[in-house]
Amino acid sequence: MSNASTSPPASKGSAGGFFSSNPLLALILQRIFLGFILLLAISALLFIGIEVLPGDFAQAYLGQSATPEAIANIRKELGLDAPLLERYFGWLGGVLQGDFGTSWANKASVSEQIGKRLGNTLFLAFWAAVVSVPLAIGLGMIAVHYRNRFIDRLINVISLAAISLPEFFTGYLLILFFAVNWGIAIFPSTVFADMSFGDRLAAIALPCATLVLVVLAHMMRMTRAAILNIMSSAYIETAELKGLDAFRIIAKHAAPNAIAPIINVVALNLAYLVVGVVVVEVIFVYPGMGQYLVDAVTIRDMPVVQACGLVFAAVYIILNMLADVLGILANPRLRHPK
Amino acid sequence: MSDTLLEVEDLRIGATVYPPGEAPKEIGIVHGVSFTLEKGKVLGLIGESGAGKSTIGLASMAYGRGGCRITGGKVKLNGTDILQIPKSGVRNLRGSGVCYVAQSAAAAFNPAHRLGDQIVEATVLHGVSSRSEAMARADHLFEVLGLPNPKEFGQRYPHQVSGGQLQRAMTAMALCSQPDLIVFDEPTTALDVTTQIDVLAAIKHAIEETGTAALYITHDLAVVAQVSDDIMVLRHGKTVEYGPVSQIIETPQEDYTRELVSVRSNIKPQADDQSDALLMIENIDAAYGNSLQVLFDVSFHLPKGQTLAVVGESGSGKSTTARVITGLLPQSSGRVTFDGRVLAPKLSDRPREDLRALQMIYQMADVAMNPRHTVREIIGRPLTFYFGLRGKEREKRVLELLDQIEMGGSFIDRYPAELSGGQKQRVCIARSLAADPKLIICDEPTSALDPLVAEGILKLLMELQEETHVSYLFITHDIATVRAIADSIAVMYQGRLVRFGPKDQVLSPPFDDYTDLLLKSVPEMELGWLEKALSERKMAAAGN
Repeated sequence: MSNASTSPPASKGSAGGFFSSNPLLALILQRIFLGFILLLAISALLFIGIEVLPGDFAQAYLGQSATPEAIANIRKELGLDAPLLERYFGWLGGVLQGDFGTSWANKASVSEQIGKRLGNTLFLAFWAAVVSVPLAIGLGMIAVHYRNRFIDRLINVISLAAISLPEFFTGYLLILFFAVNWGIAIFPSTVFADMSFGDRLAAIALPCATLVLVVLAHMMRMTRAAILNIMSSAYIETAELKGLDAFRIIAKHAAPNAIAPIINVVALNLAYLVVGVVVVEVIFVYPGMGQYLVDAVTIRDMPVVQACGLVFAAVYIILNMLADVLGILANPRLRHPK
Repeated sequence: MSDTLLEVEDLRIGATVYPPGEAPKEIGIVHGVSFTLEKGKVLGLIGESGAGKSTIGLASMAYGRGGCRITGGKVKLNGTDILQIPKSGVRNLRGSGVCYVAQSAAAAFNPAHRLGDQIVEATVLHGVSSRSEAMARADHLFEVLGLPNPKEFGQRYPHQVSGGQLQRAMTAMALCSQPDLIVFDEPTTALDVTTQIDVLAAIKHAIEETGTAALYITHDLAVVAQVSDDIMVLRHGKTVEYGPVSQIIETPQEDYTRELVSVRSNIKPQADDQSDALLMIENIDAAYGNSLQVLFDVSFHLPKGQTLAVVGESGSGKSTTARVITGLLPQSSGRVTFDGRVLAPKLSDRPREDLRALQMIYQMADVAMNPRHTVREIIGRPLTFYFGLRGKEREKRVLELLDQIEMGGSFIDRYPAELSGGQKQRVCIARSLAADPKLIICDEPTSALDPLVAEGILKLLMELQEETHVSYLFITHDIATVRAIADSIAVMYQGRLVRFGPKDQVLSPPFDDYTDLLLKSVPEMELGWLEKALSERKMAAAGN
């Protein structure tokens, strides 16, 4: 990878000259800039969306004892009487400095809570990814090798069945068999701050398995389709006529050219592992972002909802941006210009 | 122990086809072909597309492309029938004992890996030599094949080098493992003539130096005559004629071979009076986007009822000139005059009458037609669009046009997929004729066709010109075609016009450097032409 200091001097010395001599860097910077703009737009959308939602924290908080005066008091205390724009920019200013405000419900710092919760969610997502990504790509390659034969069909049917079952159902099935009937897994999957690493891993086995089953099929099928697409290329015939064995052809000659679509699907699914875990976390009583968000929505704890929404959006955008950048880097034409 | 390397006996190859709406059926592609090849010799396999020449070439590596299956016969390499040995044995053979050079090296190299890694891969994997030895040999081969910077060439990616260089790199890949046999499958067909002669010379030199044997597959008899010891002429999967190269070229026995040898002999005399211009372009500059200028000050004219051939290699700007004339790419400066009036630069500013009078025929006839339209709809549409013809009137005119292109009414309900390559191009010609144009721009209409079929299309175009006095602007890279049909010629090089005038004048000395190079690079049906052309070139270089 070249960067500004090692690249040859720009032809004109201007920014335009710099970008034309580093088309790759220009493309990547452009992606990052776009991602940032997108995140800003989402923050506004989130804020407006929550504003127009029916329901009110004060009402929900006070319950039976809600008198107009009490509601007005709470609203004033939370600063809800200020104009919308003022509140938005106040909030945005805080966010840019890493301060997501305080929870209305328990007055705790949202940033601190999210720090812990996000850590847990990422821990779960990480291990689910470590299992599912190599498994999916490996299975995809095996399916290509045995295309339209029994093994290919078997892989397809099983992964399709796994994705077709709703994740709460998969989750309950796993609990029933592994935790209840056979007693070889732990339920609930709650983790605590002072747990050892091994205990943590044991605790997340079932939610991790559920997530793997959910994301596996999508990645596997895309890997299979993308590589199959490449397998009809002339350079695959060349590889075959060079007498290479089937696995080397798939792994060395087909896969590198199929990498861009595969990266994209992997990124989408990694994002899902972080953003889409709400249901799984609730089922397995796992203290991650999803559960935090669900709890906050029930009591209309808006700073928490906003913060969770923004973090989810950021994860989504960063992963997709990463996929874009990796996709660009995977293209030798861009990496090694003429 | 004889010197026989490859012995093919009664080779039969078949495939299963799946015609729409019918049961799958077995068809034969190669019907009992036999030949022998001695060590260090070159056998040329020649024939039109569908003759089975590539299929036979691949069969000598025990490979069937697509659904092809070897159904019978023997392929003995060094005495062993390679159709009978297990898969792993075949794998060990490919890439070390027998290697393959594909038609399009640009597609046959993996874009994700460096050329050097791909070139030595099979040699190292099959244990022929260590990686460093293979790399050293590759460097040596780059030098033998005349590649620039042989020491650094292997570090490049396929997209970083030109088509001619890739074709030589592919030859280096085949030679790297020092195989007994190389199958060359149309290695120069996709190249410009000026590049073809270099690659051809490099391949010939490399074969001589390494002493490998080769099967050289091509549809161009003039090319194969330069590199082969023996030639086998194939048609519809059968041997037509098989013998030493001198016998095939000088005393062909079969009618089909004679046709192939004489296919380029039909030459039309140029028109005398070339003053009455139908199309005149003056000082045309054109660019793609704001920066990439591709045409520089191009001027020529085309007289009424005559043919102007625009010649040049790929990237010379000949198709861009056509785009300017049709209005698809408005020029940045200059003027196009057609039939006494200045044409609007932009297509959208031109009246329908101008569109009607100026029609096009394309190189790829099958993608220039809607695959879901029948011949009736394809030819009938301009009749309705320009003349408002409908119903019986339209039907009558479509049938007339089908007669004019010598196909007849039985084709009217066919879809493009049900036509052969030559028939497709004829339907495209009928479609452009339907508009009753004054000028037809023909963009390489015959270069995707087999020589004999192309000859038929050219003949048809000339007859239609006699009948209707239509003018042709004929874009081509093939000098033989130009000689056959043109009245005047414009030679283009790197976006500039280098030579323009009546045919006899353009093709007679004194030449400018580029036209000289172009004319001398065209393979001639003559033994030893390649050596002669190369030594002339060397002398010219020494003279400078």
